[in-house]
Amino acid sequence: MSHSTKAVSLGLANMWVAFTAFTAAALLGLYQVIERIDLVPALKSPELYFGSVSTHGVLMGFVLTTFFIVGFGYYTASTSLKQDIWNKPLAWFGFWLCMAGVVLAAVPLLTGNASVLYTFYPPLMAHPAFYIGAALLVVGSWVWCLEMVMMLAVWKKAHPGETVPLAMYGTTANAILWFITSLGVASEVLFQLIPWSLGLIDTVDVGLARTLFSWTLHAIVYFWLFPAYIALYTLVPSAAGGRLFSDQMGRFAFILLLVFSVPIGFHHLYMDPFQAAGWKFLHMTGTFMVAVPTLITGFTVIASLEVAGRLRGGKGLFGWIAALPWNNPIVLAACLAMLMLIFGGFGGMINASYSMNAMVHNTQWVTGHFHLIFAGTTVIMYFGAAYYIWPKMTGKALSSVKLANAQLWLWFVGMLTLTLPWHQIGIAGQPRRVSSTPYDESLVQSWITSEMLMIVGGAILVVSALMLVMVLFGTHGNSQPVDNPEVEYAEPLHPVARMPHLMNSFGFWVGLIVVYMVASYGYPILQFFLLDTYGTVPWSI
Amino acid sequence: MHDPFKAICDDDLERRWIWISIIMAFVMGGLLGLYAVASNMHPPSNVETIDSSRLHLTEEFAEDNLGVKENDDGSLTVTMVAARYGFYPSVIEVPADTPVKFRVASADVLHGFHVPFTNAATMVVPGYISEVNTSFPTPGKYSFLCNEYCGLGHDSMWSRLIVLPKSAGGAS
Repeated sequence: MSHSTKAVSLGLANMWVAFTAFTAAALLGLYQVIERIDLVPALKSPELYFGSVSTHGVLMGFVLTTFFIVGFGYYTASTSLKQDIWNKPLAWFGFWLCMAGVVLAAVPLLTGNASVLYTFYPPLMAHPAFYIGAALLVVGSWVWCLEMVMMLAVWKKAHPGETVPLAMYGTTANAILWFITSLGVASEVLFQLIPWSLGLIDTVDVGLARTLFSWTLHAIVYFWLFPAYIALYTLVPSAAGGRLFSDQMGRFAFILLLVFSVPIGFHHLYMDPFQAAGWKFLHMTGTFMVAVPTLITGFTVIASLEVAGRLRGGKGLFGWIAALPWNNPIVLAACLAMLMLIFGGFGGMINASYSMNAMVHNTQWVTGHFHLIFAGTTVIMYFGAAYYIWPKMTGKALSSVKLANAQLWLWFVGMLTLTLPWHQIGIAGQPRRVSSTPYDESLVQSWITSEMLMIVGGAILVVSALMLVMVLFGTHGNSQPVDNPEVEYAEPLHPVARMPHLMNSFGFWVGLIVVYMVASYGYPILQFFLLDTYGTVPWSI
Repeated sequence: MHDPFKAICDDDLERRWIWISIIMAFVMGGLLGLYAVASNMHPPSNVETIDSSRLHLTEEFAEDNLGVKENDDGSLTVTMVAARYGFYPSVIEVPADTPVKFRVASADVLHGFHVPFTNAATMVVPGYISEVNTSFPTPGKYSFLCNEYCGLGHDSMWSRLIVLPKSAGGAS
């Protein structure tokens, strides 16, 4: 395959933006855990703290993710289909649109004029440039969605009746998922926040704004998780020296994620008034259904690793685990990601519960949970995938495999040191999003040990983040060429004899999502136009 | 019995695991759902609008009418306003083991309302009235903490809840 077919510059440009944003945000994270506990009085500043939290959230949640997913998606699409990027100038236009959005949003963020957190929270109002920047980032990412769908269409036309490679099937599922789920936040920003911040309308309905945001808020985490799953299914088994246990299970999991992850956003609104309990109950049932693809993924990936371990000579019930190539970064990342997914999954069950959620809602438990799942499971797979494809993109061997493995172990240890105590202070009542804790002495005393541990965790994570950049940056200047420049997508254990049309296409599933969305969000959104609602005027922070 | 997943998946072992996954999800979701319904524990889901900029002109949320009121059936209704940066009235006293309904409205932005170690929790959203039904089995000194970012003074937004032993009497 020629170098230009592989979308190397598009991939690298996007992913370097992602990891640069990530490093800056990791440093802010360390500042935040130190600031919060009043250890260093000189650091005390709610202005700085909430500016930092807002920037950290935007960089990690929107910039790292979107740019990594887009870059990884272009590279995966071009290498799995062995096909040029459809309309390259348009792909670059999308990249620059996203960049323009980031720069535009960065100005108010860094000057303290957008400290409304990355979840926006009207009626707190940020500078209009923040909302316009966010909108440009989303619109820029839609260019990628279109590119993925078109590349699949071009490939299908050239390969009638053939089975779409699993990596591309998952990438396209994610592009469709992101387009559908981002419509919620896009409507909030375009129809409510931008006109309101420009003074074109006087008030916003906060209930409607929160309902629209919930449309995006759950499935966005699956948008982030998708590339991690794609790497687990299609890169890890071959890197471990084995085969993918089942191609069809992978497809089935991707379809379930696509169908079930959008219409369940109300579990973010359990504690909100303005939506009746029945709707919340309906969304809870869907929330439990979305656990199914994750359970399937856990089974298939572990089974694939077992195949690899046994092929490498591992014997007995657990001997195959020791036989895995633990010194191969993407395999190591996969094992650590699965471990964190198990811890995080337990916590998720509590959050998803319609009745137990009240105990932990908006406490530090929730922040602990999503750091474990997102910054743990998801982001460590971004690292693993980067270590796998960087040499193939640059044509040079990874600058240091040893350093890469140490980086992954540190990330794992740091993340557990950060997030396990974080869960504890949440159960013990500490609210999330506070810059200090001027509460009852008895409450504050029960948090202090955990808060100290969190600082240790944060420091380990910053060291790990810097090591990541060092390894990736060093790879560009490495004189040793890469052994194998081709991406080796995992072969399934049993060759796929027949692929049902439904598992090789998306039309039916998109139709199903539309029906499911109308059922679960139709009336809850319509009610705001039927009730006598009162809008809210803007408030500064 | 015909297995519907035969259409998508050839391998027996894989299909068995798909079924196990689905059953696990149903058992977990089903247990939690049944438990919630059987014990009548629903999240605060009151759908009722109010003009947050004119709370002082309403009867219910006018300053003089806030606080604890005893209902005919012995239960309590506690009316509160959340506003940057406090809950009003700033001290609430209720007896233990008594059904309490909180009705809370925001006078400005989004706030959170949580009494740690209890399930007294709700978001307080401008334009809407929140309602929480609960009771407090253990007497003691508790805090209402604002758990939603509401501005630069958010950290200091908290107030006091005192749960009195039941024998000490009803509403204060």
